[in-house]
Amino acid sequence: MSTTYTPTPPAGDTSSAILAIRNLSVEVAGAGNRVVRNLSLDVHAGETVCVVGESGSGKSVTSLAVMGLLPPGVLSVNAGSIRVEGEDVVTATQRRLREMRATRMAMVFQEPMTALNPVHTVGKQVDEVLRLHRKKMSAAERRAKVLDMFRSVHLPDVERIFDSYPHQLSGGQRQRIVIAMALILEPKLLIADEPTTALDVTTQKQILALIKELQVKHQTAVLFITHDFGVVAEISDRIIVMNRGDLVESGTRDEILAQPKQSYTRRLVSSVPSLVPSRREAPSGMPVLHVKGLGRTYGGKHSVLSRKASHNIIAAADVNLTLRKGEILGIVGESGSGKSTVARCIVRLIEPTAGHMMMGGEDLSTLSGSALRPVRRRIQIVFQDPYRSLNPRRTVGESIIEGLLNFGVPREQALKRAGETLAVVGLSPDAMQRYPHQFSGGQRQRICIARALVMDPEILVADEAVSALDVSVQAQVLELLEQVRQRTGVGVLFITHDLRVAAQICDTIMVMQRGKVVETGSAETVLTEPRHEYTRALIDAAPGRDWDFRNFRPISAGLAPASAP
Amino acid sequence: MQTPTEVADLPGGGNPQVTAWRQVRQGLKSWPVMLALVVLAAIVVIALFAPLLGTVDPTLINPGSRLKQPFTDYLLGTDAFGRDVWSRVAYGARVSLIAGLGAAVVSVAIGLVIGVIAGWFRSLDGLIMRTMDAIMAIPGILLAIALVSVTGASLMTVLVAITIPEIPRVVRLVRGQILTVRGEPYVEAALALGTPLPLLLWRHMVPSTIAPLTVQGTYVFASAMLTEAILSFLGAGIPPEIASWGNIMSEGRMYFRMLPGLILFPGLFLSLTVLSVNILGDALRDALDPKMVRRI
Repeated sequence: MSTTYTPTPPAGDTSSAILAIRNLSVEVAGAGNRVVRNLSLDVHAGETVCVVGESGSGKSVTSLAVMGLLPPGVLSVNAGSIRVEGEDVVTATQRRLREMRATRMAMVFQEPMTALNPVHTVGKQVDEVLRLHRKKMSAAERRAKVLDMFRSVHLPDVERIFDSYPHQLSGGQRQRIVIAMALILEPKLLIADEPTTALDVTTQKQILALIKELQVKHQTAVLFITHDFGVVAEISDRIIVMNRGDLVESGTRDEILAQPKQSYTRRLVSSVPSLVPSRREAPSGMPVLHVKGLGRTYGGKHSVLSRKASHNIIAAADVNLTLRKGEILGIVGESGSGKSTVARCIVRLIEPTAGHMMMGGEDLSTLSGSALRPVRRRIQIVFQDPYRSLNPRRTVGESIIEGLLNFGVPREQALKRAGETLAVVGLSPDAMQRYPHQFSGGQRQRICIARALVMDPEILVADEAVSALDVSVQAQVLELLEQVRQRTGVGVLFITHDLRVAAQICDTIMVMQRGKVVETGSAETVLTEPRHEYTRALIDAAPGRDWDFRNFRPISAGLAPASAP
Repeated sequence: MQTPTEVADLPGGGNPQVTAWRQVRQGLKSWPVMLALVVLAAIVVIALFAPLLGTVDPTLINPGSRLKQPFTDYLLGTDAFGRDVWSRVAYGARVSLIAGLGAAVVSVAIGLVIGVIAGWFRSLDGLIMRTMDAIMAIPGILLAIALVSVTGASLMTVLVAITIPEIPRVVRLVRGQILTVRGEPYVEAALALGTPLPLLLWRHMVPSTIAPLTVQGTYVFASAMLTEAILSFLGAGIPPEIASWGNIMSEGRMYFRMLPGLILFPGLFLSLTVLSVNILGDALRDALDPKMVRRI
């Protein structure tokens, strides 16, 4: 059963809605295949409507269509209407669209660094909006208004920030600037396209709170595009679920999250890992890796030709960990916490500057050159971005057997092993003759896992290995990792920024902040009785932490890990 | 519960490189490019089959028929020594093409090796690149004149003199490509798989330089032919007894009023060849543009 359900179309009366989309279809110009089909939705004043869907669902295209920003000659609206306060965007002229943007509707994009012009100060960029749309205001008035707006998005030291360039601000501050720019003319409709996806969770929490606050203050209608059900659970009044251009289901937050009617929605929602750690036995295998006092410092080396004596940057310091056979050890932290540095030191993609890594009787940190090569076989890594982890010019089979050939396995035998390993990761052996671009992201990540597993490693390092995947694919890959662990007893070092993913798969969790380990313990202990305040802050900031997606219910207060004082 | 082994329904099959080349062929189908290809082919045929194309020995001096007008007994006339200009131009094409092709192939080959080393070994990068900067700072023509005056005029010297100034440009290009690719996870994955360094470079990094090098090669080709002609014209190039386009023009400049063909004909051949090579290079660059290739 898939398309038997027809969502109740919003009532024909569109007068009360700020945004009213009716039967919208967007198609690829020339080719005629539709990326959005027959979509209808309403957003009322003061309401947050979340559009959720996986990649390719058409959610971003919808937001661009509302702004009249569809790339000309590539995508075009071929049916339906988009009314913003009663005025149709589809038929509006370019000139009229320019007037409507910023004054009636505004957009916040995912990546604040690219949304801002790097060569102008942020103050000037926000001022430009006023200069274009409020021609009667004097320069002094405009400046006062911009500073006022900066204060209302809770930027510190607004005078200094007014004259700062984007690169001088943090990601969270940049996103605040973008929001200030979007809201300075008090538009009735704000479209936010994954505005917090590029931010750390603690920053994300602040930005979400800010959007909510401004929305309440100005009664803005918010159309919020996201793939993250945690965020949805946190902020939405109503939810629109999209899949491959179709509206699958719409309803209030509780209807969708607690009683989804469509099987697609059920599958999607139940794929979202919850923060409640699954109970597992303490790992009891033999230790395969001891890391003692590992550190990595950047800078310090003086190059003959660089004049500046660079100051040292400590990426990781004094990291200790023990990984056992069959254990999944999670390293959690925000960007810049040093979690990836640790992973890359262990795989020896970068050289540690301090400490020891004992594997059996060997100290990995002292090996180099030809002595290092045999060890490489025993530690394998899976990267974050499945689109860049495979050489696009080589067949999948060649990529998988590369390691085996390096260690002298005959080609025939290597190919046979590759075929078997592909079966383990759920792909058929005929994948070997094909090229990476013929596979989806999830499939490529399986191939990367196969490439690592075919070496029969003792340690598998997964560096944000599921972060770039859609939730349903993410759930499948996590399950695969769990199967692999049980089957081969490989010790997994699982690097992630997502506490919910860590809660699902890790036996042990190590929390890092600014290069230092702040807390280590079993997943259950760390997530339910965090000792360090940073861990508590992380858990507190995890969006949708009080919702058990898998079981379609809110987590009662007693169970919520973060509610512990 | 194992996930189904769904078959990718993504479009486009086969080797991405093959697909890219198919696109290149598509991109080359426009009339200026076709015309350029025809001109180049004609020049190559003239150079290869010069003895069969109604030519005489280009060095044969015939005092009896000096400075004859073109389109009479002699297709392109004769020069001050009574040598047949058509024969000289046809044989001169050999010199020009050898100079262009030789400089292109040698500078690309040497530049590729140095560029890969500079891009991969960070410790050598500074030294290599500053050396390249130094070479780039020397005017190419001056370097050539100096070399020729030291070692004497020969085709080999001229080739070396043309090639050296081209190398830094190739090195910069290759180094840039290597620097972009070396950070790619697939290179790191290969490293983690224990791939020995030479193989790693050959399998995962060199292929990404082929497209830009092809384009750069055509530009070197064109500019080398021009440099060779300039050197010969200045008398610092190919020895005067060998027919080359530059030499013919050099010797003809005294008789320009009487016999403009002595400059015009070799000049025309040179311009047409260089123009064709450049058009081809531009077309290749557009066709190999990363934005286009990414769409496959």
